[in-house]
Amino acid sequence: MQTKPSDWKISLQFGAIGGAVSILLSLVGMVVAFDQRYIIANGLTFGQITLFAPVVLTSYLAIKKIGSPLKGRTISWGAAAGAIGGTLLAILVALGNLINLRAMFINATPELYNIITLGVPLPMGLIVPIVSCTILGVAMAGLYLLSPRWRSTILQASAWVFLFGLLRDLIMTVLARWGAFSSIISWMFALNGMTILGAFLLFAFVGFFAYRNYGRKSNDSWVNKLPPRQQKAVRWGTIFAIVIVALLLPRILGIFFSEILDNVGIYILMGLGLNIVVGFAGLLDLGYVAFYAIGAYSIAVLTSPEIGFAHLTFWQALPIALIMAVLAGVILGLPVLRLRGDYLAIVTLGFGEIIRLLALSDWLRPFLGGTQGIQQIAQPQIGNFVFNTQESLYYLILLFIAIAGFVAWRLKDSHVGRSWMALREDEDVAQAMGINTVLTKLLAFGTGAFFSGLAGTLFAAKLGSSYPSSFNFFVSINVLSLIIVGGMGSIPGVFVGALVLIGAPEVLREFSDFRFLFYGAVLVTMMLFRPEGLWPEARRKLELHDEAPPETEPQTAVITPGV
Amino acid sequence: MLRTWRQRVTLTDLFVWSIGIFIGIMLIVGFYRAFFVPPYNAKYSYYTWADLIVKGLALGGVYALIAMGYTLVYGILRMINFAHSEVFMSGPFTAVFLANWLAKAGYYEKYPFLCLILVALLSMAVSMTIAILLERIAYRPLRTAPRLVPLITAIGASFFLIYTFRGLYGSGMFAYPSIPALDGSWTLFGVFELYKTQVVVIAFAVIMMMILFYIVQKTKIGKAMRAVSEDKEAAALMGIDVDRIIVFTFALGGISAGAAGVLYALQFPIVNAFMGFVPGLKAFTAAVLGGIGSVPGAFLGAMILGVLESLGPNLFLDPLNIPNPAQLKDGIAFLILVFILIFRPSGILGERGTQTKV
Amino acid sequence: MSKRLFAIVSVLVLASFILAACGPSTPAYTCTDKIGCVTIKPGEPVHIAYGLVVAGPNETLGIDSRNGIEIAIADAGGKILGHDIKFDGQDTGCSAETGQAAATKLAADPTIIGVVGTSCSSEARVGMPLMSKAGFVVVSPSNTAVDLTEAGNANNYPGYLRTAHNDKVQGAKAAEYAYNVLGIRKAATINDGSIYADGLQKVFAENFKKLGGTITAQSAVDPNQTDMSSVLADIAAGSPELIYLPIFQPAGPFIILQAPKTPGLETVKLMGADGLFSPDVVTAAGDSIEGFKVSSPLVTGAAYDAFVQKYTTKFGKAPISIFHAHAYDAFNMIKAGIEKVAVQQADGTLIIPRQALRDALYATKDFQGLTGVLGCTPTGDCANPVIGIYEYHKGQYPPTLIFPTQ
Repeated sequence: MQTKPSDWKISLQFGAIGGAVSILLSLVGMVVAFDQRYIIANGLTFGQITLFAPVVLTSYLAIKKIGSPLKGRTISWGAAAGAIGGTLLAILVALGNLINLRAMFINATPELYNIITLGVPLPMGLIVPIVSCTILGVAMAGLYLLSPRWRSTILQASAWVFLFGLLRDLIMTVLARWGAFSSIISWMFALNGMTILGAFLLFAFVGFFAYRNYGRKSNDSWVNKLPPRQQKAVRWGTIFAIVIVALLLPRILGIFFSEILDNVGIYILMGLGLNIVVGFAGLLDLGYVAFYAIGAYSIAVLTSPEIGFAHLTFWQALPIALIMAVLAGVILGLPVLRLRGDYLAIVTLGFGEIIRLLALSDWLRPFLGGTQGIQQIAQPQIGNFVFNTQESLYYLILLFIAIAGFVAWRLKDSHVGRSWMALREDEDVAQAMGINTVLTKLLAFGTGAFFSGLAGTLFAAKLGSSYPSSFNFFVSINVLSLIIVGGMGSIPGVFVGALVLIGAPEVLREFSDFRFLFYGAVLVTMMLFRPEGLWPEARRKLELHDEAPPETEPQTAVITPGV
Repeated sequence: MLRTWRQRVTLTDLFVWSIGIFIGIMLIVGFYRAFFVPPYNAKYSYYTWADLIVKGLALGGVYALIAMGYTLVYGILRMINFAHSEVFMSGPFTAVFLANWLAKAGYYEKYPFLCLILVALLSMAVSMTIAILLERIAYRPLRTAPRLVPLITAIGASFFLIYTFRGLYGSGMFAYPSIPALDGSWTLFGVFELYKTQVVVIAFAVIMMMILFYIVQKTKIGKAMRAVSEDKEAAALMGIDVDRIIVFTFALGGISAGAAGVLYALQFPIVNAFMGFVPGLKAFTAAVLGGIGSVPGAFLGAMILGVLESLGPNLFLDPLNIPNPAQLKDGIAFLILVFILIFRPSGILGERGTQTKV
Repeated sequence: MSKRLFAIVSVLVLASFILAACGPSTPAYTCTDKIGCVTIKPGEPVHIAYGLVVAGPNETLGIDSRNGIEIAIADAGGKILGHDIKFDGQDTGCSAETGQAAATKLAADPTIIGVVGTSCSSEARVGMPLMSKAGFVVVSPSNTAVDLTEAGNANNYPGYLRTAHNDKVQGAKAAEYAYNVLGIRKAATINDGSIYADGLQKVFAENFKKLGGTITAQSAVDPNQTDMSSVLADIAAGSPELIYLPIFQPAGPFIILQAPKTPGLETVKLMGADGLFSPDVVTAAGDSIEGFKVSSPLVTGAAYDAFVQKYTTKFGKAPISIFHAHAYDAFNMIKAGIEKVAVQQADGTLIIPRQALRDALYATKDFQGLTGVLGCTPTGDCANPVIGIYEYHKGQYPPTLIFPTQ
């Protein structure tokens, strides 16, 4: 039987790409850094998964692309793709032992080579990556050949085991807060990662349900089968439960996670604002951090005795800070009205940097504190209760998020919201339709600035001080990334994006070193494959995937006689 | 006539114009004081001004080469290659290892110019590779996507590249060894003191710009580039392989960025993964200032920007009694960017009058 | 994800959360200490943590300190009073918000007895309220801001000590050296906006003026700035004889490289502080490094040489900055304090009263450390600061000690 040469080429190409990406991940340092964390204790480490994942993925994609039903051929192509990837890794190890790669690539260390060869000493070790990747390639071929039902089962079960192993610290910390429940689950986890027994049982548990439920659409769920009244009760019940959990979260999770939640919350606030500017109105604002800074500095200047202008309380200074932020949004928006797309982004970036430079400068030091920043910022106080712990601030932030989320939600369906979306789709048409683009754009900027300023005031209150180094371009990128990941224009998406992008690096400490690398990769991948985000707004999905509207039946003219 | 004027100028225009005029007046005041009002006019000697101008020109040369990348890509794809600053960074950051190896082996002293050319070639090759990879992976699949998508991709790619290089090489200090043959200076007319490195930088920049200009204007492939930037579909209909031309454009931009990197490293020998961000932004400003899409425009804009940035704090800001004006130096470039885009988006050498939908 | 499975799991989780919120928290051990006691059962480790900047652009500072602590632990045999030492910590990121995040995480861990940290003063200002409340001791190896141990200052919190010198000392010494030894009468300063540099240059300027000299300019640069021509032109206009630049890299090497090329500054002397005491400065500044002076804490002696030997063997390269020695001393101070106040029970359980530990540390006197004989003031300054002036020569690291001559 003659195989088309292009099939081999595909598998070799994909395998080579997989190997190259593996090498990149190794040299960047991720493999060694992640190796500290065990998914399954004394067995599988996160580092190993990171190392072999690209080869695994590309092998699977190669097989999928070739798409042949022949078992033998598929297995050999999977093996080939894996083998190439493994060979590239072996070459890296061989090269590393011949010449000192470490002089240039600081992560080309003996530890790395050790991980690649899975601990087997050279020269036998060189065979290890080739063999293991080939086996993985064959496994991927096997996965492809399985029925979709089994495939989905295995994937879901593996994903759950992986997540549990990864989030072991989070889970254990929560469990450690209370005695009874922890003993039930703590045998599942070892000192680092899951126990083999625990992993196996989890795999079986999830796999069982995944297998059973394969093919069942969500519409078949038991909820929808209930009479409408009970349906409504269930829905309200879930919302109520979510609210209760949200209110009890600091108590459950402790101060460590309250701190993380506070940070996530502040970014959610900013995300809600930028979501309006970028998501609703389609104006890419890269200088968003400027409004954040203005909110924080307004509170700082007005409440701190260091600057000495005024000694207001937090609540007194808050409205002034918000007004300043909105004014700044309008002032920033005015000159850029005529700009679109790329130029708008760059100009706003310039504005953001100018604000940062001004905050940093000695010229404005008497007003803004210069590089030393401003300390002794008043924290919010109600009566005798001062909001100065992570837990108390959490509730304040939660309150503001609730208000902001509600405002954003109502704005979305309002006249203004629809003007924004019209603006986003096509500005000229919107103008031709009679929408006052000037006002609409300024409203977008102003509202976005309002939310950002609010987040800034909370930030300043939380820290009790404000330093100009906190207000840099990275903050804008953080916010932009999280609304992209969550879904531009989608309000629940902001929450998802913030939890994933801000929460994850805090929980998985190794990630924080590669945080921006990850952000960059996520932005690119999302734009390439799923630009509407993880929790997309319905219209956006249509818009970006060019789905044709459902076919409408040609209306036959009905001539009713006599009417 | 009057009525149409009043119809066209809105409140926002008046607001923006008034800010512009205010800043313009301040600049004129600063300038005047710097030369005619004591004690400001005695603060800096002519040597200082001359020195600052030359430094500005040397900087401008670097910006010009980086700006080439922005202007060529914008001409063809109508998008700002936000990640071009990282294309600029990747070259010198990789070549520093070669340079140090050569210096340790002693070749720097024996064959300084050969070493310099080798280092430059490596830098250009790496930058070109990164540029081509960028185009292939991140931009080509998104050519038909709405405006926002490739821009966000570019931003993501930029960050990815910065942190990848930082992960690969580390966040320590990497310095180019000094070239003994280029130490020292020549004195011109007893006033100007031209350091040899500055002369090399300016000369190299001018030569490269001329080569690039020649390629774009006089060669067949340059003609194809201009055709594609005019109208992609028509060029494809004429039998031009649009994809290949685009790759060529990116490669050209990458090569000039790599060269710019070596020139930058000659003046500021310490390189790290973040070195590209600010020069990239400034080079973009230069490209816009000169007229985006125009090669001589990029050169002109870059020279003007370099000199203005170099002189700015001492010439304009210091006489206005702003303490520590050097801190606001980067702000000058950003301010120029903002004002150019607001008042004259087509730039100096760009076409005037068209309702530029930038 | 199948909905049913999700529903079951979420109901379970929800139920457990509600139980958790209502359930009792771990009961505290009754002891007579004002703050509380830490009970360490036999077999459990003594938990000492670090709060240093070990990631990001300033990581060399924190990593260096952490390495020093690891050597101290090795020297102690890995145990205190028969219990293993558990050493881990948080990256503090050298900025206020990251410092607060790290401090929160540290404060959330009730098993921590002492923290060696923080690296940067901005982190300490924001983190100390949390850490002080948590009850453990915090000994910093590299905070130098004056307000952290100033009596009556809002930023001075109980439980905070430091083995690093105070800015007041280093700046004054540099000014003295410049005025008396070098004979400089006109000087200018450059800072990079960091609290450290700003504080140091202020102290230098004050002392220099007090001695009778004139300060022609006090300028600032951005820490990532490459083109120094404006600020150097500005300084050149005042014709100083010396520029004091207590900043970090890469700004320092850039100034060292560009100053001789600025008209008016061709022969000006340059002096830095311990931020520029690093082998990278020699590589970066090339030939221009010749004659560049730095001030730095003077650490010498046989004990220190042995320490450097151990450091190089264990980590493969020479120590990077000078603060590792301070970190070594910080850890040993905490260890000595624990050994003094811990109550050992018959079964091997260790009980460490927190306030007593703090008091013991504040009462440290005549403590022989690597950096000298340490003794703590009631506000937490424990350093015995001897500042030395060093001079760099081309291609040579470390720089030679030129003052005080030995």
